[in-house]
Amino acid sequence: MWVTMMAFVIMIVFMFAFAVDAGQVRLSLVFPGILWMAFLFAGMIGISRTYAHEVPEDTLTGLILAPGDRMAIFLAKLTTAFLFMMGMELIATPIFFALFNEPWNGAWGSLLLVLALGALGIVELGTLLSAISANLKSGEMIFTMLMFPFEIPVLITTVEGTHAILSQPAGNPWLWLHGLMAYDAIFLALPLLLYDYLWEV
Amino acid sequence: MRRVFAKDWWIWTVLPVMLIALYFDFVGSPNDAQLGASARILYFHIGSASVAGIAFTVTAIASIGYLIQRTVVWDIWAAASAEIGTVFTTMILVSGTIWGRVAWGAWWTWDPRLTATLILWIIFAGYLLLREWSDNFERRATYSAIIALIAYVDVPIDYMTIRWWRSIHPVIFTNQGINMPVSMQIPMFLSMGAMTLVFIVWMAVRMRLMRAELGVGDLKNAIRAHIEGQ
Amino acid sequence: MPTNPVSDNGALNDIVVRALHLEKKIGDKVVLRDVSLEVGAFGSLAILGPNGAGKTTLLRILSGIWGPTRGELWRFGKKVDREGRSDPRIGYLGHQSFLYPSLSALDNLIFYARLWGLEHPSQRAEEVLKQVGLTWSQTDPVRTYSRGMLQRAAIARVLMPRPLLLLLDEPYTGLDMAAQEFLDQTLRSFQASGGALILITHNVQEALRVSQGVTILVRGRLVWWSDTKGWAADRLALEYQHWLQGGARHP
Repeated sequence: MWVTMMAFVIMIVFMFAFAVDAGQVRLSLVFPGILWMAFLFAGMIGISRTYAHEVPEDTLTGLILAPGDRMAIFLAKLTTAFLFMMGMELIATPIFFALFNEPWNGAWGSLLLVLALGALGIVELGTLLSAISANLKSGEMIFTMLMFPFEIPVLITTVEGTHAILSQPAGNPWLWLHGLMAYDAIFLALPLLLYDYLWEV
Repeated sequence: MRRVFAKDWWIWTVLPVMLIALYFDFVGSPNDAQLGASARILYFHIGSASVAGIAFTVTAIASIGYLIQRTVVWDIWAAASAEIGTVFTTMILVSGTIWGRVAWGAWWTWDPRLTATLILWIIFAGYLLLREWSDNFERRATYSAIIALIAYVDVPIDYMTIRWWRSIHPVIFTNQGINMPVSMQIPMFLSMGAMTLVFIVWMAVRMRLMRAELGVGDLKNAIRAHIEGQ
Repeated sequence: MPTNPVSDNGALNDIVVRALHLEKKIGDKVVLRDVSLEVGAFGSLAILGPNGAGKTTLLRILSGIWGPTRGELWRFGKKVDREGRSDPRIGYLGHQSFLYPSLSALDNLIFYARLWGLEHPSQRAEEVLKQVGLTWSQTDPVRTYSRGMLQRAAIARVLMPRPLLLLLDEPYTGLDMAAQEFLDQTLRSFQASGGALILITHNVQEALRVSQGVTILVRGRLVWWSDTKGWAADRLALEYQHWLQGGARHP
């Protein structure tokens, strides 16, 4: 999962560098969009496999048989995916800045915050949909079909938020970040409520 | 065939209501002051929107019902309503783009409400694909119920978009009353009523078809079990 | 007509697992109906049944993966709540090994030992791997194992927390003679040390070889039960065949 995500995000950096002509386009306008598209794609590639390796030998049942609350399995999957996502973002973001010559205005705190909130927004539903798609025949396809529309709000808020953070002079990202926080809260609560129902099939 | 129509005679009540609604939509109401006759598409637009809202609400309630009770009937309600809701959402999008071209000169803008409606449409398209591609009944019902409940979050947001953010959509239903002349309210409510009736009739027919499909599936399984048991 | 198949040898009859009128509905389908059974320490019960009879569902409920729709389940003298609850004293050997193919057998077992909160995880894992005779390849990834080795590793996983009840779902499927022999021995010594076991199979010989009680599950119902004592394999096979064809005779 880690290797796939890293390899994928680096490849996307290069591909975007070729796809967007730096001589024609003002890069700073499209930079947040490129950044978050890359993170979303790489995240989806990684997270879609979260439950896939539980399938061949039905290890998920093995986990369920262990004593303790089943919610722990979901939270563990979520945490792992989040940490992978964060690690990937932290390594890839400087590369993006370097390759796209994006000026850096020193807003460490708010950029870290939007990276973390965005990663959380992507992994929450990603983990749930991965649990669903692992058990279906065309699971990968269904995962992609459902992930994209569900992640549109994350994409909008993170891109606009990042844009406000990186622009010179810095804008106010808080309206977008609050929206993203609301999204994160709702889609953390819903899978936690619904996750138990996944077992009985 | 004839027996089905005799049993469900009430289905035919939809016809006169539809005719009356159509009469008021096209003939019995005045042209819009600025937009002329083109504004009449609004009656279909609002009618579809209210039915889509009802349909997805039915889906969400039935999904909760399924997760709690795990009975087939809830799943049938949820699936039939989601299918019809998706069709009506398609009608919202089509009538909206046509009207947008006439009224604002653009087929599409990334207005909050348009975006939220489009997201809703794509998610429920995904929901229907999930149903189409699953072969195990219990899995299909459980997973699609979960997806429907997550997707439903978008419905109230879609309703509130024009109240929370500036949008090209006027707010018609406000706390102070209905923001529209009475001469246009009549066809609007008639359209809503007629389309809701269409929804109800369609639900009845679609759910019966789904029950029949499930019955055929059960029969096939029983025959298969019988043959393999020999 | 007896109310439930009872299988214990009477000497030390602590009831390990007792099910009363279990019913399981999945969707509108009733997978299990009115299933009652009882197994005590040193006891063993074989459940014969065709595919789709609900055997695996029954084991999943007994192990606590699923909860029953109706009925009561008692394990180790305690009633299990509706949602189903897993218990480290129960070893569940399923169709699959529950071992991650990309990890070595040792890593798999250490992982499970930690999950179960056992003391000295790596020591215990090596111990059981020695017991099943896999020490020589314990660091190889599980995906390289043959079916027999995989089943040995799975048995090691099941035995690791020192269970008091074993639930076995067609454990002999696909095993060669040596592995079958090994499984027989393991089960015998497990029982001799006071363990109880429930075995699912559709092979009459296995049922007679391993267990003291035998019952037949057809279409979610336990339709017939008896002691294995005094039953020859061919007579039991005839009886089983009879029930498979929808017979209505009671013994």
